[in-house]
Amino acid sequence: MLEAIILTVITAATPLLLAATGELVAERSGVLNLGVEGMMVMGAVGGFAGAITTGSPLFGMAVGMLAGAATSLVFAFVTLTLVANQVASGLALTMFGLGLSGLIGESYVGQPGIKLPSLSIPGLTDLPFVGPILFGQDAMVYFSFVLVAAVSWFLFRSRAGLVLRAIGDNHGSAHALGYSVIGVRYLAVIFGGACAGLGGAYLSVAYTPLWVENMTAGRGWVALALVVFASWLPWRAALGAYLFGAVTVLQFHAQALGIGLPSQYLAMLPYLATVVVLVAISGNRRKTRFNTPACLGVPFVPDR
Amino acid sequence: MTGMPGGDVTTTMSEGPKRRPAATGEMLLEARHVVKRFGDNVANDDVSLRLAPGEIHALLGENGAGKSTLVKILYGALQPNAGEIVWKGAPVVIESPAAARKLGIGMVFQHFSLFDALTVAENIALASPKGVSMAELSASIERVSAEYGLPLKADDRVADLPVGIRQRVEIVRCLLQSPDLIIMDEPTSVLTPQEADQLFITLRRLASEGCAILYISHRLEEVRELCDRATVMRRGRIVAETDPATETVASLARLMVGTEIAEVHRSLSDRGPPRLALVGLTLPSNDAFGVSLHDVDLEVCAGEIIAIAGVAGNGQGELFDAISGEKPAATDGAVIIDGHPVGYTGVNGRRRLGAAFVPEERLGHGAVPGMPLSDNVVLTRHSTKDGLVARGLMRFARASEIVGLITDRFDVRKGVADPEARALSGGNLQKFVVGREVDRVPGVLVVSQPTWGVDAGAAAVIRQSLIDLARAGSAVLVISQDLDEIFEIADRIAVISRGYLSAAEPAAAMTRERIGLLMAGGAEKRGEG
Repeated sequence: MLEAIILTVITAATPLLLAATGELVAERSGVLNLGVEGMMVMGAVGGFAGAITTGSPLFGMAVGMLAGAATSLVFAFVTLTLVANQVASGLALTMFGLGLSGLIGESYVGQPGIKLPSLSIPGLTDLPFVGPILFGQDAMVYFSFVLVAAVSWFLFRSRAGLVLRAIGDNHGSAHALGYSVIGVRYLAVIFGGACAGLGGAYLSVAYTPLWVENMTAGRGWVALALVVFASWLPWRAALGAYLFGAVTVLQFHAQALGIGLPSQYLAMLPYLATVVVLVAISGNRRKTRFNTPACLGVPFVPDR
Repeated sequence: MTGMPGGDVTTTMSEGPKRRPAATGEMLLEARHVVKRFGDNVANDDVSLRLAPGEIHALLGENGAGKSTLVKILYGALQPNAGEIVWKGAPVVIESPAAARKLGIGMVFQHFSLFDALTVAENIALASPKGVSMAELSASIERVSAEYGLPLKADDRVADLPVGIRQRVEIVRCLLQSPDLIIMDEPTSVLTPQEADQLFITLRRLASEGCAILYISHRLEEVRELCDRATVMRRGRIVAETDPATETVASLARLMVGTEIAEVHRSLSDRGPPRLALVGLTLPSNDAFGVSLHDVDLEVCAGEIIAIAGVAGNGQGELFDAISGEKPAATDGAVIIDGHPVGYTGVNGRRRLGAAFVPEERLGHGAVPGMPLSDNVVLTRHSTKDGLVARGLMRFARASEIVGLITDRFDVRKGVADPEARALSGGNLQKFVVGREVDRVPGVLVVSQPTWGVDAGAAAVIRQSLIDLARAGSAVLVISQDLDEIFEIADRIAVISRGYLSAAEPAAAMTRERIGLLMAGGAEKRGEG
């Protein structure tokens, strides 16, 4: 029972973690992309199509990643080159993604998909309890942790990450020092789109290998919220994603056990728990301010 | 940071600049016939400037004279439309700030150049060449900064540092690139007099090592004290090149403005009863980077001007918000206007009692950029007895009439009768924003930075209007960082430092040294004791 719960928690948390990590990088550069939901759902339909067309779930993941990146490129062009309002553009991107993915995916509805295989190491995977949890996951679960570690290292240890954080903190000064604000932001937004696309593809290739219209079901918004509550720190985003996944799964089990609470209340629990915990750990306001990109959502127009 | 071999940052300072020094007698930098246009406006019109190695050269001029345009061209942030720049005898095109730094031109900005959320070392790393490890960089920051009498800790967050120390970060960031020319834009505007003296020592030492300094300042007294030569700009052109030591402050000012400046006339103050009182005003900051106010006591009486001096970021903004009512006080009696406790009263309630407020930021806080001046008049005066609103409807004719009155009295120059606030130049908008409140003849006027960025002629008009208002029986409180202005208009002076306000003392008994000590925290003992 416990083993089954933990396994479902991991698969529920992984797409959130992927999308949140990508958005975190974009926001650290100062771009607020509210279109995560749209990029995820484009990744989901792209991933499903890629997997059933070629028969390779990994190829499907790659297609999903590209679909998310391509969607984010639309956003980047509109907000960075044309300097449109980021909030409005992000909301439009979500609606655009939901609509376009529905159109593309119409012929895939009801088709069986191809599932991303899980790791199987003879001996290790067969260990009781820890085997399936530590050594029996699919490749994306491991990748998501590598990604968080890499992003964390990039942001806080590398010079390029320092430049990215500096641009998010004060784009005017960064520009004056000769850094390409728009260029770095393009890369950050596209990285965010690629991660959201991966998260979406995970849904349609690994979580439930099939395509349903609107199948992200609000996970993009959860990922966005996680970034803020994690105060723009990658490992906190991972904690938040797993917490959210855990409470989501637990409330399903609670419903199955017939706890005398209306299911709507239980469905609220994951959101409530995630908000409460992340607010509690980000209680140090001073430290939170250091990690909040001061230029978040502020358009950048260089001098003549 | 990836650790590459090298560490040239650590070595350059002690071994001196590696770049080819300018040959003897050769000019370090020459700008020849530089022209820069913005649309129809010629910001730099045939400007030529010569800098010798090791000289401290002042660039003087009023706001809008074209100084910052010229400096931006020299620092590679703008490209000239015509003319050439000659660096160490060879013509160069300075494409970007990075190119300028490579040549050996460094710049210390007036503001907005550091990254608040990053550490000192990270800030400096962003302007340093690649391939230096953070540890090496931190070590050289601490060594070089101590060597030049501007000690810094590499791991401090910039947001936690007072403004004077932030400037050190900028200067040290510049020094680590071993520049041949440092451009400084109004460096002493954020310093106490003592800190400024320390800065001058550092600058003289740099100059003696052969580094030229282009020094932009409005403070003519310090220009006379520090600079070897001065170039004066007016309306985009060079109007004089002179040795400041042979000039007087008045003659320099005349060169900048082009005409005589009306002297502010001050009669003796006849102090009446208190009209504005702050009683134990304490206000915890709700911003993590803000300043809390601690037990502020102050009485401003009818007929007098009290000025609050202080280095930027020591609680002036918070104090203004607390007096204007933008932030309610903890107790109703903490702010008293004409005997009425108003600690809980909002901005309009305080205005109805006869108070008026002019915030520091004129565009966005003092006026709505996209609204015409008449609407901006209504915005601060709708609730007072100005007849601007009748039965819930605006009376535009009355608003336009007031705009006309302000325009005449304060010489607000505008293209059309009722332009949008953003269409006015900074100085003209400031005259309008101050004039709008002075025109009401408020019983209590609180002004923050009344002449910030305003040319000398307009500043004299504004200062005179404040004095006249006080002498007519109002209480005037001025928050300013400009000591010259404070000594010109204030009857009593208080100093704010880290949210503590010193007792107001008669201006005649105050000296710059005493104000400097109070700025550096002399008032805090009182608050803590």
